[in-house]
Amino acid sequence: MRDFSYIAATTIPEAVALLDAKGESARILAGGTDLIVQVREARRDVDWMIDIKSIPEVNDLNYNATTGLTLGAAVECYKIYADDAICDAYPGLIDATQIIGGTAIQGRAAVGGNLCNASPAADGIPPLIVLNASCVIAGPNGLRELPVEDFCTAPGQTVLGKGEMLVSMKVPAPASNSSSYYLRFIPRNEMDIAVVGAGASVTLDAAKQTIVSARIALAAVAPTPLFAEEASALLAGQEISDAAIDAAAEAAQAIARPISDMRGTAEQRTHLVGVLTRRALNGAIQRVRETT
Amino acid sequence: MLENKEYKVIGTRPIRHDGVDKVTGRALYGADFQAAGLLHGRVLRSPHAHARIISIDTSRAEALPGVKGVVTAKDLPDPGDKIADLGEGAVNLKYLCDNILASDKALYKGHAVAAVAATNPHIAEEACTLIDVEYEVLPPVLEVRQAMEPDAPLLHDHIRTTSLGETADEPSNVASHIQHKLGDPEKGFAEADVIIEREFVTGTVHQGYIEPHNATAHYNQDGQLTIWCSTQGAFTVREQVAEILQYPISKIKVVPMEIGGGFGGKISVYIKPVAALLAKKTGKPVKVLMNRADVFEGTGPTPASFIRVKMGATNEGKITAAEAYLAFEAGAYPGSPVGPGAMCIFAPYNIENVIIDGYDVVVNKPKTAPYRAPGAPNAAFGSETVVDEIAEKLGIDPLEIRLLNAAKAGDRRADGPVHPRIGCIETVEAAKAHPHYTAPNGKKHHGRGVASGYWFNIGLESSVTINVNADGTINLIEGSTDIGGTRASIAMQAAEVLGISAESVNPSVVDTESVGYTAVTGGSRTTYATGYAAYEAAQDVKRQMIARAAKLWEVDEANVQFADGEFSSINGKEEQISFRDLCGRLGETGGPIVGSGTVNPGGAGGAYATHVVDVAVDEETGKVDILRYTAVQDAGKAIHPSYVEGQIQGGAVQGIGWALNEEYIYNAEGEMTNASFLDYRMPTCLDLPMIDAVIVEVPNPGHPYGVRGVGEVPIVPPMAAIANAIYDAIGVRMTELPMSPDRLLKAMGKI
Repeated sequence: MRDFSYIAATTIPEAVALLDAKGESARILAGGTDLIVQVREARRDVDWMIDIKSIPEVNDLNYNATTGLTLGAAVECYKIYADDAICDAYPGLIDATQIIGGTAIQGRAAVGGNLCNASPAADGIPPLIVLNASCVIAGPNGLRELPVEDFCTAPGQTVLGKGEMLVSMKVPAPASNSSSYYLRFIPRNEMDIAVVGAGASVTLDAAKQTIVSARIALAAVAPTPLFAEEASALLAGQEISDAAIDAAAEAAQAIARPISDMRGTAEQRTHLVGVLTRRALNGAIQRVRETT
Repeated sequence: MLENKEYKVIGTRPIRHDGVDKVTGRALYGADFQAAGLLHGRVLRSPHAHARIISIDTSRAEALPGVKGVVTAKDLPDPGDKIADLGEGAVNLKYLCDNILASDKALYKGHAVAAVAATNPHIAEEACTLIDVEYEVLPPVLEVRQAMEPDAPLLHDHIRTTSLGETADEPSNVASHIQHKLGDPEKGFAEADVIIEREFVTGTVHQGYIEPHNATAHYNQDGQLTIWCSTQGAFTVREQVAEILQYPISKIKVVPMEIGGGFGGKISVYIKPVAALLAKKTGKPVKVLMNRADVFEGTGPTPASFIRVKMGATNEGKITAAEAYLAFEAGAYPGSPVGPGAMCIFAPYNIENVIIDGYDVVVNKPKTAPYRAPGAPNAAFGSETVVDEIAEKLGIDPLEIRLLNAAKAGDRRADGPVHPRIGCIETVEAAKAHPHYTAPNGKKHHGRGVASGYWFNIGLESSVTINVNADGTINLIEGSTDIGGTRASIAMQAAEVLGISAESVNPSVVDTESVGYTAVTGGSRTTYATGYAAYEAAQDVKRQMIARAAKLWEVDEANVQFADGEFSSINGKEEQISFRDLCGRLGETGGPIVGSGTVNPGGAGGAYATHVVDVAVDEETGKVDILRYTAVQDAGKAIHPSYVEGQIQGGAVQGIGWALNEEYIYNAEGEMTNASFLDYRMPTCLDLPMIDAVIVEVPNPGHPYGVRGVGEVPIVPPMAAIANAIYDAIGVRMTELPMSPDRLLKAMGKI
């Protein structure tokens, strides 16, 4: 492993100034579960690791039934699923935090880090997309906010510019009669990176028979996690039926642009998008129906 | 014949002697080794699967501060045209040397081409990037059938196929062709009412031991070389290093550290001679560790293969003829396990007419190394699937057809040997009688499959020394590295002879200068052969102790008897002394007692296994879940039943991995794209049910307690058993390993 310098920033302005000064050679260190492995395996050149774990804003974990969730960029997975109110409000996000790595990794890894690592197969990103989350970004020119689905630009690349860092994600409060679901396909039951991931959120009418709105997101079938916008729109106003769900699943398959690699073939992935989209939608609907 | 009689120690389940140190992290493994002035070595590996090495310039690496030495193949003595004598198998020395450090050609991605010793591992790693190797990249050959084509790129210019005693004129990637023939296959097939012929493909898989290879080497001022390492056999390391370095065995001491798994993969040497070369060049101790990618890309997997099996049977279920074509990938140098595959393929059956052809073929992959019953699992995947299909076609229960044709004592195996007493029938009967086999299994997309397997086991040389302690305990000195609980199973055999408890034996696995020659921990031989040596050493102790008692009591030795840990005199004087008390009186009766036992036994006795598995197939994703697994096996006599069960479970689990997801995945350039435990998918505990291990005991007449080796045969049946269960679940015959989700989706016509 090559030598690098480590520095712990204690405020956002300090971290931003360091990032701005060091440029490409600096990288934010939060849980380090991706970064340290990448440096060790010489997949990323880093001269400076800027530890942000002492900055209060990135550790913010605050849920309010009216205003929603503020999820600091460095909040570890285990803190999210340990919070009962968050588990009730955003089950799709909980699905992801419980399958990212094993228990030890979940004690270090942050959903914000999952987002900044920008893997096409990231389990943490589709749930944020279907929950309509936005990213709060700090930079030399202050704060800006944008939807999660616009954050990743290519494998390992994001919209973050020079001197910019992710501070937190904001997730709107869940509507009544809504729920979310995330699942991935892996050949084993543990230890694998998603061959395909699919998340869905649904809001049903009071009778729980009709879909008022839905959002579908996919992982590992394109250079970035995808918001399946057309597939989602197809469901709005539809009575719940296999036909409606099949149509959405087909529309989701249509936007998949998978590759073949050691984790799966392109045709397998396209097929799985259909299977997993159906299972994610049915899972979310089931969750709404199970809550009184 | 041996009776399955009652013993005092044998058959009990004491805690293993090395257990506490291992679970508390105190056991010392090779990577733990420390020494003053220790340097750290790193190996530079070829990025190409097939390339001619034009030049290697190490000057920039040597100039890096902290670098103390760089070696290449030029630092090895010229191997000439010598056949290395390695006890177990003769090997062309040039192949052995070239696999350690490539001289003229890199033959697989990951092939070692140079190595650096530096003051820390990071400098050594950086120095590797400063070694300039000029390659002429050549097209790789990555699949056995492609390699056998007449116009395939050649790995070696000088390999000419040897076929049944004849050597061909033209160079080829086919190193050898073997054939076994019994009876008249043509006549046998003519007598058959049903004939099934199928083709099978199996992937390249790795042993996947948790501990990567490691070695530390040091030369004393007088030229004495010591190597501390993880190995399955300290003596085979000594032999291989002596051949490669052309250095006398008497000048080499190998110290086996604890071993974190081997499964056959820690018999061949890789970095041990390299550490020695670096130690010689620098004059310091040098430690070389592999990382996981090095292990996958640079050490022996077990081969991919192409197999064709044809079998015929009468309407009554009598198998009349069998034919097999086995083409195995040897990797970069000749020496695939096609031979053992050919020995085992039809061994669970008594078939009068058999023909088996085997081909050993070089390809641009790491040189294959033994892996648990090498060759037999590939072969059984084909034959046991075909037997299942014949049973189905004839409407005969798949275990019943195995009983109808089961091999027994006196039957001849197609490759020549006549079976001694074996437990083939007994294991099939036990599987048939097991509640698993009769449990309901009617759910949609659930299926049940069975398969049998055979492994011949080996004997070879073992030595044991016993030093008797004054407090009634014994120190048992052995040369078999302990992978699966053999300190316990060997100690228990000595304890049984001497009428003492397993805890009264203190077993030590020692270096090559401290015990007599002992062959590798492999071939399922250790509890059998080293246990046999321990039995002999204990008998030696017993004889000497009887002489001491006779001396003490002034009676004739013939008048001393030993039973239940007590010596007593018969005929006249009524004297009695316990083993423990007599141990305290050795000084006054003539001095210390050392017992020794050496063996090279021939009667290893083959092992049989029959497995039953239930699976659930997710028809939408192609994923297979193992719901229930029962593994029945003949252990001859289970010395320590827990560790026999552990071997059975471990073998079944590795077979499940091989069946479902494990394989080397290559891109077109011949690079392995999944050289990590993340993407080389071995099963985790969440992927497995409890493996129900059922021990059958048909004593082996070739061992004083009836022991048969148990470590290897449990990996033979799983692949076919799972394939047969998948067929039962979804009606699709899988003929390619692994039976991964994408392959199942394809087979079901979903993609």
